[in-house]
Amino acid sequence: MTLAAELRNVTKSFSGRTVLDNINLPIHQGEILALLGPNGSGKTTLLKILAFIEKPSKGEVKFQGETVTDNNAERMRMQSTMVFQKTALFSTTVYNNVAYGLKLRRTPKSKLDREVKKALRLVKLDGFEKRSAKKLSGGEQQRVALARALALNTKLLLLDEPTANLDPKNASIIEEVIAVANRELKTTIVMATHNMFQAKTLPHCIALMKNGKITEVGTPTEIFGKLSKNLASFAAVGNTFTGTAKATAAGTTMVNVGNGVQIEVTVQRQGEVSVFVSPQDIILSKSAVKSSARNVFKGRITEILDLGSLVKLKVDVGKPFMVQITKRSFSEMALNLNAEVFITFKASSVHVV
Amino acid sequence: MNEISEGIIKALQLIVSGDPKIYGIVSRSILFSGTAIMLAALWGIPIAMLLALKDFPGRTIIKGFFNSLMGIPTVALGLVLFLIFSNAGPLGFLRLLYTPAAVILGQAILVTPIVISIATTAIEAVDPEIMSLAKTLGASESQASFAVLKEALGGVMLANTASFNRAIAELGVALLVGGNIAGLTDNLTTSISTYTQRGGPDLALAIALAIILLVIVFGINLILLIIQRLRK
Repeated sequence: MTLAAELRNVTKSFSGRTVLDNINLPIHQGEILALLGPNGSGKTTLLKILAFIEKPSKGEVKFQGETVTDNNAERMRMQSTMVFQKTALFSTTVYNNVAYGLKLRRTPKSKLDREVKKALRLVKLDGFEKRSAKKLSGGEQQRVALARALALNTKLLLLDEPTANLDPKNASIIEEVIAVANRELKTTIVMATHNMFQAKTLPHCIALMKNGKITEVGTPTEIFGKLSKNLASFAAVGNTFTGTAKATAAGTTMVNVGNGVQIEVTVQRQGEVSVFVSPQDIILSKSAVKSSARNVFKGRITEILDLGSLVKLKVDVGKPFMVQITKRSFSEMALNLNAEVFITFKASSVHVV
Repeated sequence: MNEISEGIIKALQLIVSGDPKIYGIVSRSILFSGTAIMLAALWGIPIAMLLALKDFPGRTIIKGFFNSLMGIPTVALGLVLFLIFSNAGPLGFLRLLYTPAAVILGQAILVTPIVISIATTAIEAVDPEIMSLAKTLGASESQASFAVLKEALGGVMLANTASFNRAIAELGVALLVGGNIAGLTDNLTTSISTYTQRGGPDLALAIALAIILLVIVFGINLILLIIQRLRK
């Protein structure tokens, strides 16, 4: 398989602090590679090096078979583009945002209009050309940023947490676009994520990162198939817990994740496992809800994060759970810090690896 | 009291009748100060870009230096420039003293710290990712810097307005290096000062010029405010 890019012994330090430590990573043409790791593991820096906007302190970067140097970095940048986690947009119209890179490439006006339209259609923002980019919602802004990158049809597309803090509708549009870009435009994609579900479904290859190092590389089946120590250490990121699984008489499995928290799952497993629950799959209530859902826990709200139309809450039930609800539900339920709440989720909503 | 109200009425008559003397003075003022802020922007904005975007030793000191120069007394600067431009001064050979060029250059120097300080703050306020963003979309170093400058356009326009207001309203520099020569270097402020001192029938002329000066300053601010509103 041909290599789109390759990092060889890449180390990056910022004022004495090592952010990337001797990274060796081949990126194959046409693949989606996910960099999976907790915050601060060096994913963003690695992407910036692949976007040629950061230089490695040590080591070598190869792109399309050529070693990247100060002299050719500007030319290389024409073939590699990045979408940032924190959406950055120019204070102008959606059209001008998407057209920016194409104009730098001296694209003729007629082709420019066509390409902008095509990119906007891809991210389902048809007809948004004349809108002021910064007045769009967070999810729409991120889609404009993605359209702007896709319009350039570069060999390499780098995505830094493309769906972090987005509502499910926008997140699924973006995930769909990533898959289409890879399948139809044959774009090689490297995306950073700490979203386990995304890492399980989208990429062909996963590189696990921790403390500036790549600890494991493999296909999703390989990585999720064996219980990796690193994978387990992401637990702090979001509703990922490790524990011991035991079969129940009812044919389900109980996973004891510690601190008195036992999670019931439908998959039959024994021994040590990791479990994930998506924040969207958890129902939050002020009193215990009578339902068919097998998992009900009582706890307190320890953190509130405002995401615009959504609110993310951390609920401590002995283990911290992230729960995502709409702003409207949040105000209607008159929730606040330290409030006593119940969380409920189905045994079948729990993913087990 | 009578003298003042008569003065105001006469001033309005002068403005409406399109008195050539008044319009000469007004157009010179606009020309001097307009050229001065263009010059100041020409060298001030690149310096502001450097101060805002590049990290180098002494950057904070330089920023502080320009900040403190924003309020420099115009007579003090006028005197320094007079000494530099006078025959015995280091630039005496250029024969600039008492020429429009001296007034323009003097006002440009006067407003340079304003352009630099306000523009630096505006550029620093731009999302630091814009530079990286432009680059990753294929921009060269200078194209990326230009993208940042475009994001700071509101602040840069404010820097230029503040500079124009300071330049057109200042007296010290224009008087000391321009010499208030009728028809050559006299402008709104130097003329207001002279005609007020002369008094009598000339007081109306001073009042007329003061009204025009205020209208220009308020008018330009109003136009810029409208442009900024429209841009949003």
